[in-house]
Amino acid sequence: MSGLRILVPIKRVIDYAVKPRVNRAQTAVETASVKHSMNPFDELSIEEAVRLRERKVPVSEILAWTAGPAKAQDILRTAMAMGADRSIHVVTDEKDASSQLEPLGVAKLLQQVVQSEKTDLVILGKQSIDDDACQTGQMLAGLLGWSQATQASKVDVEGDMVTVTREVDGGVETLKAKLPMVITTDLRLNEPRYASLPNIMKAKKKPLEKKTLKDYEGDFSARLKTVKVTEPPPRKGGVKVEDVDGMISKLKELGAL
Amino acid sequence: MATSTRFAASLRRFQHYPRVTPCTSRFRPAVQVRWTGSTAATSEPHQPDTEGGVKGKTAPAKTIKFTSEAYPDIQRNSKFAKLTPDHVKHFQGLLGSESALIDGLSNDAAEDIEPFNSDWMRKYRGHTKLVLKPKSTEEVSEILKYCNNNLLAVVPQGGNTGLVGGSVPVFDEIVINLQKMNNIRSFDEVSGILVADAGVILEVADNFLAEKNHIFPLDLGAKGSCQIGGNVATNAGGLRLLRYGSLHGNVLGIEAVLPDGTIVDDLSKLRKNNTGYDIKQLFIGGEGTIGIITAISILCPQRSRAMNVAYFGLESYEKVQDTFREAKNQLSEILSAFELMDGRSQKLITKATGKKMPLEGEHPFYCLIETSGSNSEHDSEKLETFLEHVMETGIVSDGVLAENETQIRDLWSCREGIPECLGHWGGVYKYDLSLPIEDMYQLVNDTRARIEEAGLIGNDDSHPVLDVVGYGHMGDANLHLNVPVRRYNKEVEKLLEPFVFEWIQKKNGSISAEHGLGIAKKPFIGYSRSDTMIRLMKQIKDLYDPNGIMNPYKYI
Ligand SMILES: Cc1cc2nc3c(=O)[nH]c(=O)nc-3n(C[C@H](O)[C@H](O)[C@H](O)COP(=O)(O)OP(=O)(O)OC[C@H]3O[C@@H](n4cnc5c(N)ncnc54)[C@H](O)[C@@H]3O)c2cc1C
Repeated sequence: MSGLRILVPIKRVIDYAVKPRVNRAQTAVETASVKHSMNPFDELSIEEAVRLRERKVPVSEILAWTAGPAKAQDILRTAMAMGADRSIHVVTDEKDASSQLEPLGVAKLLQQVVQSEKTDLVILGKQSIDDDACQTGQMLAGLLGWSQATQASKVDVEGDMVTVTREVDGGVETLKAKLPMVITTDLRLNEPRYASLPNIMKAKKKPLEKKTLKDYEGDFSARLKTVKVTEPPPRKGGVKVEDVDGMISKLKELGAL
Repeated sequence: MATSTRFAASLRRFQHYPRVTPCTSRFRPAVQVRWTGSTAATSEPHQPDTEGGVKGKTAPAKTIKFTSEAYPDIQRNSKFAKLTPDHVKHFQGLLGSESALIDGLSNDAAEDIEPFNSDWMRKYRGHTKLVLKPKSTEEVSEILKYCNNNLLAVVPQGGNTGLVGGSVPVFDEIVINLQKMNNIRSFDEVSGILVADAGVILEVADNFLAEKNHIFPLDLGAKGSCQIGGNVATNAGGLRLLRYGSLHGNVLGIEAVLPDGTIVDDLSKLRKNNTGYDIKQLFIGGEGTIGIITAISILCPQRSRAMNVAYFGLESYEKVQDTFREAKNQLSEILSAFELMDGRSQKLITKATGKKMPLEGEHPFYCLIETSGSNSEHDSEKLETFLEHVMETGIVSDGVLAENETQIRDLWSCREGIPECLGHWGGVYKYDLSLPIEDMYQLVNDTRARIEEAGLIGNDDSHPVLDVVGYGHMGDANLHLNVPVRRYNKEVEKLLEPFVFEWIQKKNGSISAEHGLGIAKKPFIGYSRSDTMIRLMKQIKDLYDPNGIMNPYKYI
């Protein structure tokens, strides 16, 4: 085999540490002048791809791919600074409703990328923290008819055999499958590295190809309509009670006893 | 809903996202060495967590030695009256409500009063029997007038986070705590001028301003507890000084009460006012020795939307200086912090916490650069050019750039986590010094050489000293010289003092850059100020506080 061709799809989302706010019209979360970064699960995907190569698994190429607004280019540069070899940016217009992508749309796009790039392994985040859908990886595997291992906490590749450990309630599950395959990442998989300055410099010279949805065939438009977005109800503050009797009467008062 | 537990579990995991936890919250000192009270070095046993708050258990107050015992040379001034039930009755009448006063004279209020008697470092402890919590400037005025007439000594107290023992009594001085004066009086969104009572907590003020896209021009680890009046009284420096300048420039006006009850109403909202002596400056950094600040007006800048943090490894202190020069040159107005950490301090973080540091390999020096501005594209472009330059010319050996908020916090924890990590093996001798930038690190080398020569430094338990490290606000020429030890030791102390102070004196530096004098640094002011300057200061003290009732035994 000439070496794995790994595809890592990534997404630009509101920074994990920023508290999102609902817009006035209650139609979406406010994104204007809010700090954005790479979806944290996607950092794990890039990191894992790079580590596979560092572990001497034959990897011929790591391709980072994103569909998103012009600014999403930043996360592709970050991915390349972390070790991806090149990237593709499908530039979408934030204001154009027909380019609002849902997981199925993204999976369909990725299906075509996989075919044209002759990908053997796709590593995706198990979910993106903006809409928490947890669907893209699974849909892609379905469309391709490939094996999938979701929520990976450990990945081993030997020849064309992949062993994935995933955390399940109360224990771990170990799966084995042959390439090609789709893997989605979970938090315990690795600790993503920092983009070092020399690598940030190098990343600037790596190829970044720009495309649009028109370069792909098919209908990617959204099928769902967001009716309303609201904040979770504010948490009520606790109360202090003097003693056990006080607690019991309070619980009775609240109807908990 | 069959999936709900699984989903919740994954969310929970997400909240424990590995890199969010910096070393500071992961670890507690293994041993807590009791302070011996024989040097001027200050200690900070607890450092702020990620949120900037101060948490964690402190030593129980009752185990703290009384300041009057630790400093047997200080005698109670017999001219001050002793508190009587009549005095207490007068204050009760004056303040009305019960919660405005803690009376330890006629009741056993030891538990309630202890937090006002002992300081944040658990190093100083007084004997007050009375705490007063006025609600208005008029009440402060009435209190001081009465105290002045009856020769009752007082200690003004804010959030009690000061690091030099200035905020607690030495003997039986009455504590006047400003916590009940906590109203924000006004904010002008056009000029950015905030007017607020002295007792407003710094973080409350900053959160208020954040809602209005402004920022308090001061930030420090104790922001969840300290009060803006206390900040002004100590002229606190903190993390934003490089960018926004000192309180001497940002505070536009002050309302204060003199010991005789005079209300000094200088709550100006003018940036320019060249009409006579600028008396308010005396209260800024006056540490409560000439009057009580009851309100301030302060100029608050627009909050920055874009922030970036980079962390560098460098091969020498010369290169750190080159980087600083380049940073000022190329980043100019967006540079908001330039912090220095030596390699030894970074190594001790790993040793104490097991934290993985951002850079592979070891470097003798590290620095952290923060930029903040209004336009992320503009900032990124500038920063990239700068980064390219320092890498290509070899000024910087290696470096990383934070790609997200979590990484920003993680990089900051490499700087902010140092004080707590150093305390891991027992105690730390700490000096907060101002020096010409070029000489800053030489002091660390010289101090280390001295202790090495005496054979007191080493890796095993037979040596009291672990290492001598330096870090600090390089941008403000402010060095923290720290000596982490396994136990406090007289021999080490003899090597440190007066050596450090004499060294500072030779370079015309300051023995206390931002923490003030209080009781800890009072004896050493002569190393940084001439006799003439000290005489002039004493004249001012005598002029405003002729009876000496304001925060006695401290400052000058
Ligand atoms: C974790 C931590 C980090 C810190 N970091 C920094 C830092 O980075 N930079 C820095 O400069 N300092 C720092 N400090 C020390 C700093 O001086 C104080 O935290 C703060 O400025 C004091 O405010 P406070 O309200 O707690 O005042 P207090 O501690 O209550 O009082 C300090 C002094 O001011 C006087 N005072 C208080 N309120 C008034 C008033 N209304 N009128 C007149 N006098 C008054 C007191 O008598 C006392 O002398 C830090 C402290 C801690 C605990």
